[in-house]
Amino acid sequence: MRGLSFDIAHLLAGSLVLVSFIQLYQDRLYALLNIFALHALVLAASVAWQAYVQDAPHLYLTALIALVFKAIVIPTALHRIIVRLGIHREIETVVGVGPTMLFGMGLVALSTVVMLRVTAEADPLAREDLAFALSVVLLGLLMMITRRNAVSQVVGFMSLENGLVLAATGAKGMPLVVEISVAFSVLIAFIVIGIFLFRIRERFDTVDVQALDRFRGERP
Amino acid sequence: MIDALTGVLAIPALAAVLLAAVGGYRLTARLNVLAALLTFLTAVSLFVVEPKSGPYLLVDDLNKIFVVLTTFVGFTTSVFSASYIGHEIEIGRLTPAFVRFYHAMYQALMFAMNLALVANNIGLMWVAIEMATLTTVLMVGIYRTHEALEAAWKYFILGSVGIALALFGTILVYMAARPVIGEGLEAMVWTVLVTRTAQFDPALLNVAFVFLLLGYGTKVGLAPLHAWLPDAHAEGPTPISAVLSGLLLNVALYALLRFKMLLALNPAAIAPGPLLVIMGLISCLFAAFMLYRRRDIKRMFAYSSIEHMGIIVFAFGMGGTLANFAGLLHMTMHSLTKSAIFFAVGHIAQVKGTQKIADLGGLTVTNPVLGWGLVLGVVAIAGLPPLGIFMSEFLVVSSTFAREPWLATILVLGILVALGGLFLRLNAIAFGTPRGPTAPAEAAYVPMFAHLAIVFLAGIYLPPALVAGFQDVARLLG
Repeated sequence: MRGLSFDIAHLLAGSLVLVSFIQLYQDRLYALLNIFALHALVLAASVAWQAYVQDAPHLYLTALIALVFKAIVIPTALHRIIVRLGIHREIETVVGVGPTMLFGMGLVALSTVVMLRVTAEADPLAREDLAFALSVVLLGLLMMITRRNAVSQVVGFMSLENGLVLAATGAKGMPLVVEISVAFSVLIAFIVIGIFLFRIRERFDTVDVQALDRFRGERP
Repeated sequence: MIDALTGVLAIPALAAVLLAAVGGYRLTARLNVLAALLTFLTAVSLFVVEPKSGPYLLVDDLNKIFVVLTTFVGFTTSVFSASYIGHEIEIGRLTPAFVRFYHAMYQALMFAMNLALVANNIGLMWVAIEMATLTTVLMVGIYRTHEALEAAWKYFILGSVGIALALFGTILVYMAARPVIGEGLEAMVWTVLVTRTAQFDPALLNVAFVFLLLGYGTKVGLAPLHAWLPDAHAEGPTPISAVLSGLLLNVALYALLRFKMLLALNPAAIAPGPLLVIMGLISCLFAAFMLYRRRDIKRMFAYSSIEHMGIIVFAFGMGGTLANFAGLLHMTMHSLTKSAIFFAVGHIAQVKGTQKIADLGGLTVTNPVLGWGLVLGVVAIAGLPPLGIFMSEFLVVSSTFAREPWLATILVLGILVALGGLFLRLNAIAFGTPRGPTAPAEAAYVPMFAHLAIVFLAGIYLPPALVAGFQDVARLLG
């Protein structure tokens, strides 16, 4: 039983990394949002499995939050924003898909090497989980760097937060305070982002962050 | 039970709710000042009666200093803010609805900063710092101009990434603590962590500290993670620039110091000092050279903040009682001086209608009080004797010279380069041919000169009680 529960946890956390990779090469906003919903879904499954394995009922709540907010509410809302802004065209990536994927693989290798080495004494479930979580965090960062569009940067940020939730649930017995706060902060972050997107729309008629760069205050 | 500890949190929290509900600019501005004053008085009472620390909240010698400094500058800034915002309403740059929002956010920010300082739980502290970040993001974007939105967006994205890395570091600290302390709340409580750190897995602690340094270091504004800072300072309302520079950077620094203390207790973990020294030096030098190319006055002082945070982080990185003492003193002096400068700059920008250095000139002729106030502030921040910053910089440099002369030389180079940059610009702004509108300013001079007076006095005479208190904390920091 121990072996099976470990394998399933491993499978789910690994899938999360895989979905992060799928996100990296999406070049349409709708598709990106759908993949993000999938990302959140896998996260919810992973957290729920951790709740079962660790016999920690409060983690089910975290799984539920991930499922409801991140997999359903936020993608739907962003969908609506995209429609309202009329920006369902292609995403412009700063770096090409090939180099991005290669770089992503490098990041995963890096996080695996770092985390497995330093957690040699921790229990295996937590070790692998942490390595995967760090990969998801770094891939989220990579996505934020390689995208110019404000919406896809936000999606990158949220998948980064998913990685953090994975890490927090992997750390056995971590107090509930943190999980709820993570979920809560994502919600707040989302509200902030929503406000910002609308304001950006008001002012620029675009959510391309490059357009923002033109208004740098340093020009004489 | 209501004690002073709950007070410093409850007063701003209640005030935030109240200010969100009440309209009318004059009333809300006064309420804001009143709430900030009450919080400050409550914070001072922490020195008289020390409340008991629990699993969530904590008072010790270290955070008492931070709380009192935060609430004091919070109070004086609220006085400045009342006159600043009054002018913004007059010229129609802010609508009453936004002002109501602004005041509520101001108190929410005070609450978040105080919570971060008194939190006894590493998770709670993280939540508080994230909350402080979000409230300031909203306030930076309040003017809704192109520049303000860009600044807020940049701040939001970089701040969130920083805060995310810090959370990962926090989780790793918990992972390191769990095998020793056991599962649950205990493994995230400072007072429990410090007693058992020596048994933690050093490898895990090392990685955790790297994440925490990058995460909270972003919020401190250490180069090369500082990109958000100049924009956020330049484009938000000036009271917020003063609070950001004078307080929020300190709060993030406080978080770093706590984790540094933790790492120092584990002999097998890496020494956090050298990392802080390197980042501090890079920030100081980088910002000093960047001062020369600034065209915006608020941006210039934002870079000066990066420089000073670099010096402070350097001092704490060197460690030892003397360097820590110097670091603490420098932090206090910098908070007071930099916020005083922003008070002056805020009114100057309002009188002249611009923040561009090229359009400012001859301030000592057109607006003598503001002009000379700015001159005094810049003289103080550049570190000239006999003001307080000279004292603290001298202590930092002299204590370093005794141990690592090379590092001290680099630091002195940074300080001198910054001094040159500041005076070059000051010459054009304060003296030279008068430019722009010359209308007399309707300004609140009291906060500015109160801060400068304290800095001046501290340069000449430090009360023995203060010295003793700082020395205790310096020893605590290790």
